[in-house]
Amino acid sequence: MKLFFFSSTPLPLDDYRRELADDAAGGYASFEGWVRNHNEGHAVTRLEYEAFEALANKEGERIVNEAIQRFGVLQAACVHRVGSLAIGDVAVWVGVSSKHRAEAFAACRYIIDEVKHRVPIWKKEHYVNGDSGWVNCERCAVPGHDHTHEHPHARDHNH
Amino acid sequence: MSADAPLFGLVLAGGASTRMQRDKAAIEYHGQSQLHWTFHLLSHVCAATFVSVRPDQREEPTRAGLPQIVDRQPGIGPIAGISAALHAHPKAAWLVVACDLPFLNEQTLRYLLEHRDPRKVATAFKSSHDGLPEPLCAIWEPAAREPVLAFVAAGKQCPRKFLINADTLLLDLPDASALDNVNTSDEYRSAVSAFGGPAHAVSPTRPPSSNQDGADRASSPSQHGGDTHLTSPAHSGSGASHASSPSQASDGANRPSSPSQHGESHSSNAAASGTKADKPRTLRIQYYAILREQAGRSEETLDTTASTPAELYDELRQRHPFQLHPAQLKVALNNDFSDWQTPLRHGDTVVFIPPVAGG
Repeated sequence: MKLFFFSSTPLPLDDYRRELADDAAGGYASFEGWVRNHNEGHAVTRLEYEAFEALANKEGERIVNEAIQRFGVLQAACVHRVGSLAIGDVAVWVGVSSKHRAEAFAACRYIIDEVKHRVPIWKKEHYVNGDSGWVNCERCAVPGHDHTHEHPHARDHNH
Repeated sequence: MSADAPLFGLVLAGGASTRMQRDKAAIEYHGQSQLHWTFHLLSHVCAATFVSVRPDQREEPTRAGLPQIVDRQPGIGPIAGISAALHAHPKAAWLVVACDLPFLNEQTLRYLLEHRDPRKVATAFKSSHDGLPEPLCAIWEPAAREPVLAFVAAGKQCPRKFLINADTLLLDLPDASALDNVNTSDEYRSAVSAFGGPAHAVSPTRPPSSNQDGADRASSPSQHGGDTHLTSPAHSGSGASHASSPSQASDGANRPSSPSQHGESHSSNAAASGTKADKPRTLRIQYYAILREQAGRSEETLDTTASTPAELYDELRQRHPFQLHPAQLKVALNNDFSDWQTPLRHGDTVVFIPPVAGG
């Protein structure tokens, strides 16, 4: 399976899971990021994801390779959606198979955290009142304060 | 004014000003930004007045602090602002006026109001150029609401086309040049001299200036004699965008005396002043997310003497209403991460990466 890629259609999670199956593996851990119906007190109706794919694919692949090296897992992969997503849709999937569970969890956590910080992907929220906004770009556009890197989790849609 | 519906004013200021290469709303012809000048003009004749903005312009200094109507479907031009206003206050009629009409005056607006027919969908002037309706100095009645929303829902965008096909009362302009607008730097310079220039041009990111006249003058073109890659008449580098007491050109002594210094042709970057020997290089710039929306395009090709991404972003901020500070961005050159000081080469593809939000 390719280590990192984008999809503009719903993710076939069972297929991905099967692709990571490995006779040497004692377990598989996965993470799904879901589209949530609210963020920072605003009711959200849908999201749009946009990516700078030429660079995002390289950086995503680097991250998955780092996880494989660092935690010694057997296989790992990550797939991210682009385009318009509804509440409840899966926006991102991470899967890891390994001999033991500890490194599977750790690698999975590492990949999703790094993807959120490093890969050029943007998320536009559409609110119930008809407004919309780019997450991390509009409500904290204060020069010199890079909220994405300092407080990544406070602003996230999914965990 | 025999209307049942209250008349509200809407200043259209959402455009990307691509031909002016800077924010038309912030330009000054009358000693204040064109946005504020138009706002006050409408306030004299309307029960309430609002500024139409795209979502990404809400905090922009020239626009912040004024009552706003936020576009619900940005990216489709002025019809987005008109439709948002009709949607927000369905019982009001709207006097819709673009902010790039420096020759507009209160007499022209009063003439429009006096001759308005509230039973029509709209009352508009005939263009003195082609006789077609002028949608951006017109009264849009509450009856326009449903058909405008349907027009937009059908994917149409041209407000003029809408008025042509709607029940619109057309008036002859009492003053044929009152609606001449200003779209290019050349037209800007003609307008400035018509008002007895020189202009006190305002940097797009400078706060509105009721009490800091001196600060505005600091961005007059006289400070730019040595720049080769900066060409718009009111350029001030990104570093100046938050200066409250700029020191350059702070007195009138350095004011350019000959018009030729004022704003050289912006079509050819290096040719204008030619002191630096840098030859222009052709760059491809790709835009994503909020920068794509603010630039109004996903990519462009530019001949520039900017020699680093830092210089290039400064230049692009004169062309597009970018709000993000360089400290918030990362740089990619030819699809790899790079940095702000890497020398640019002819043919490079440059991407400025806004704060990311994957997951």
